[in-house]
Amino acid sequence: MKQLALQALDSAQRPGVTYADVRIIESRDRELGTKDGKPSQVSSDESAGIGIRVLANGCWGFAATDDLTRAGIESAAALARDIAHSSALAKKHEVTLAPEAKHEATWVSPCQIDPFSVSVDEQLALLTSVDDELRRTPGVTLAQTSMTFHRSRQIFVSSIGSVIDQTRTTSGAGFEAYCFKDDQIQKRSYPNSFGGQHQLKGYELIHELALLKHAPRVAEQAVALHSADHCPEGRFDLILDGSQIGLQVHESIGHPIELDRVLGSEANYAGMSFLTLDKLNHLRYGSDLVNAVCDARIEHGPGMGTFAFDDEGVPAQSADIIRNGQFVGYMTSRETAAAIGQQRSNGTMRATSWARLPLIRMTNVSLLPGEQTLDEVFGGVSHAIYMETNRSWSIDDKRYNFQFGCEIAWEIKDGKRVRMLKNPTYSGITTEFWNACAAVANREHWVLWGVPNCGKGQPEQVIGTGHGASPARFHNIKVGAAYAA
Amino acid sequence: MQPEHKSDLSQCRELFGAVQQAAASLGVFDVEALFGAHCGALTRFANNTIHQNVAEQDRWISIRVALDQRTARATTNRLDPNSVRGAVEQALALARSAAPNSDLLPLNENSLIAETKRFDAATAAATPEHRGRAVAEAIRIVESAGQTAAGIYSTGQSIEAIFNSRGVSAWHAETMAQFSITAMAGDSSGWAKASAVSHAAIDPVALARGASEKARLSSDPQEIAPGRYTVILEPAAVLDLVGQMFGDFSATSVSDSRSFLTDRLGTKLFGDNIHIWDDVAHPLQAGVPFDGEGVPRRKLTLVDAGVPRELAYSRSSAHRAGVEPTGHGFPLPNEVGEAPLNIVIAGGSTSVDQMIASTDRGILVTRLWYIREVEPYDKIMTGMTRDGTFLIEDGRLSCGLRNFRFNQGIIELLNNVEALSPAVRASGEEAFDMVVPAMKVRNFSFTEVTRF
Repeated sequence: MKQLALQALDSAQRPGVTYADVRIIESRDRELGTKDGKPSQVSSDESAGIGIRVLANGCWGFAATDDLTRAGIESAAALARDIAHSSALAKKHEVTLAPEAKHEATWVSPCQIDPFSVSVDEQLALLTSVDDELRRTPGVTLAQTSMTFHRSRQIFVSSIGSVIDQTRTTSGAGFEAYCFKDDQIQKRSYPNSFGGQHQLKGYELIHELALLKHAPRVAEQAVALHSADHCPEGRFDLILDGSQIGLQVHESIGHPIELDRVLGSEANYAGMSFLTLDKLNHLRYGSDLVNAVCDARIEHGPGMGTFAFDDEGVPAQSADIIRNGQFVGYMTSRETAAAIGQQRSNGTMRATSWARLPLIRMTNVSLLPGEQTLDEVFGGVSHAIYMETNRSWSIDDKRYNFQFGCEIAWEIKDGKRVRMLKNPTYSGITTEFWNACAAVANREHWVLWGVPNCGKGQPEQVIGTGHGASPARFHNIKVGAAYAA
Repeated sequence: MQPEHKSDLSQCRELFGAVQQAAASLGVFDVEALFGAHCGALTRFANNTIHQNVAEQDRWISIRVALDQRTARATTNRLDPNSVRGAVEQALALARSAAPNSDLLPLNENSLIAETKRFDAATAAATPEHRGRAVAEAIRIVESAGQTAAGIYSTGQSIEAIFNSRGVSAWHAETMAQFSITAMAGDSSGWAKASAVSHAAIDPVALARGASEKARLSSDPQEIAPGRYTVILEPAAVLDLVGQMFGDFSATSVSDSRSFLTDRLGTKLFGDNIHIWDDVAHPLQAGVPFDGEGVPRRKLTLVDAGVPRELAYSRSSAHRAGVEPTGHGFPLPNEVGEAPLNIVIAGGSTSVDQMIASTDRGILVTRLWYIREVEPYDKIMTGMTRDGTFLIEDGRLSCGLRNFRFNQGIIELLNNVEALSPAVRASGEEAFDMVVPAMKVRNFSFTEVTRF
């Protein structure tokens, strides 16, 4: 692989080319699932290819191919140069890149149990047991389970001399119980929606999730939701579980801090950001309790956004985003960092595969844990609503106005759950919401959640992101507007 | 991949021969292979400059084996003999690990597929320079209005084929071009998008002018209170919102009791003026004329005068229901079964201008964004307006508006349609391309206003 990458780099570097990088990737996936006790997904996928990015005449060109012959690579390199030259037909400025050192490294993500070495029989047997357990609860009308495993090895080489060999293994698993009754469809998921939990781990993640243990409780909740009261409409103190906080961070902190979005690159599709450059170091993003980082380092945890180097050869870093409520940082690339006069990219460029161009993507954008115990989060007010597990999510194209729905909620009085509520939703404006943050649970309750389905870019790239979060409480939040019309 | 169809077809046949041979040597005789190839390029612009410009090509083979009521799939993009054999072995190993599935049917048998001509050689051959020049002209139009342009121009070709050991042999080649553009003024924006099999059917200049004009007209947007309004949804807004319901026209989804059509098929659900078909052969449609098992897609009457009539059936769901498959199944194994993918909503004769002229007070919506399901059985969806939202007063556009969040049931919406424009091929970002009209809808529910 390394020789092919170096050959491609050599092919790309012709007169007029001022920078080039190459990523050659081999990837492997396994996807398993059951539905009502029968296998619903039993598949594997392997892919190999190369992506070549060049900067020529101050413009970018990128070409990717599955043809790894010498001729195929030569052809892709020539196409990348040709594309860069055609980019000059509508050119306003020369692309410049923030400086980066040459790196030579090999890195393999931690993986205690290779998920591809565990037999498919064993994996399907576990899913079938969970599926059986879900359907043991009377009233469950549909049970589904899933496991996914992914491994990719990427060789990155660049014209500044970097040679980086990275291998990442991710795993994910979860299940869902549905109950249809009396014109209502209710669903409960474990440990999260979006196929459960996803992390940069091996099969040890599956053991940690204890899927079978949680199946009866989750199935019973799906059925019980039918006889629960509808979540009331009004303004309430709101407590969110860690997985929903993770998605709230993703949508209302993670996306708006993408500097390419701020600068207009995504204006036609994913949108822009309310975090215009004048707000850096000046905006009160949240209350003093709100501290957020963008951290791709393994020290932060085994997240979907954990790596050693990003896809333009910049080492993983931790960047402060919100410090004691103050907005202090964006996610950057070499090009966007240079565009706003910063000295270095903070290393967030990622592509979904060899066929796609690296873009600024969330690594692990996390809300740091607070100091409150869980009892203090729940008991700090006399009356609140607690919501758990995302069901719907939507936010405007500048990331101000959001609305989320959750699968289940409870009314909380004096720290205790007093009644279950169905169809809970809440909505608000990003900065008002984070400024209403009144409590964040401590590290004991902090989990690095994985969101596997973040979309951005044209052609679209769907990638996994990480979000550390613990349960948190917010004051005077609008609840139930979705059903009020 | 260059568009030498005959050689690609013969290469697929040859590869399938290798698949069968490898499977037979392992004692497996029921085998199916899907072949895919894609060669596409996309020129992306923002801030009045081309900032990303990409091309990709990939080919793959996806092999499914079936034995003893078990099935599994292995996919690879390495097409050398050893890799193809490796994929057969992998599929077999996976299948042997799966529990028997009593719903699994024998492989599909030979079916006649009507040919659809959806390949345009000029589009397949479009160069970076062609896209660059078109983009430069579109930018010039927006920039000359004192605005900023962002968008994409893509061209590409794809091939999909399926062969199996019981004689199925189906092949489809297609080209596709897309152009979309957002024009941004100081405090407003406008958007336009088109897609077609041939790039010659797309007029980037006209799209740029349309987006620019919307940005101009919606400047200085006013805030009005959320509430229930008469809205005029342009075709892209219709497809992105109404398009969210078609996954529910799946027989598997209905039998799983997670479709809003559960217990409702054949009952009056929408207004008399709502007629919807799935029709892969429609002249404005695109896509493959066979499904994931090689069954020809047939035309479905999904909604007739407001009554949901037909569902999409895969072979498996059709067998369970005792009906014929409709050719809408996804490749096996899968958990969702099938879905209609070539939606055609009947239009009317009222132009958007006539809809505006007939409205005393209402809102014109260009585009919707981030649409998600809030409630699955009433099919309540939430989302935002975007890039051109206007107040209509006394039969004319009076000003641009700050964008709204909506929470709107699709069932309710399709009972409140007062007028339909002629149907066009429309392209959005939240659902696949469809043939849809603009709609004038009463009592549309906006629940919040955002800051811009």
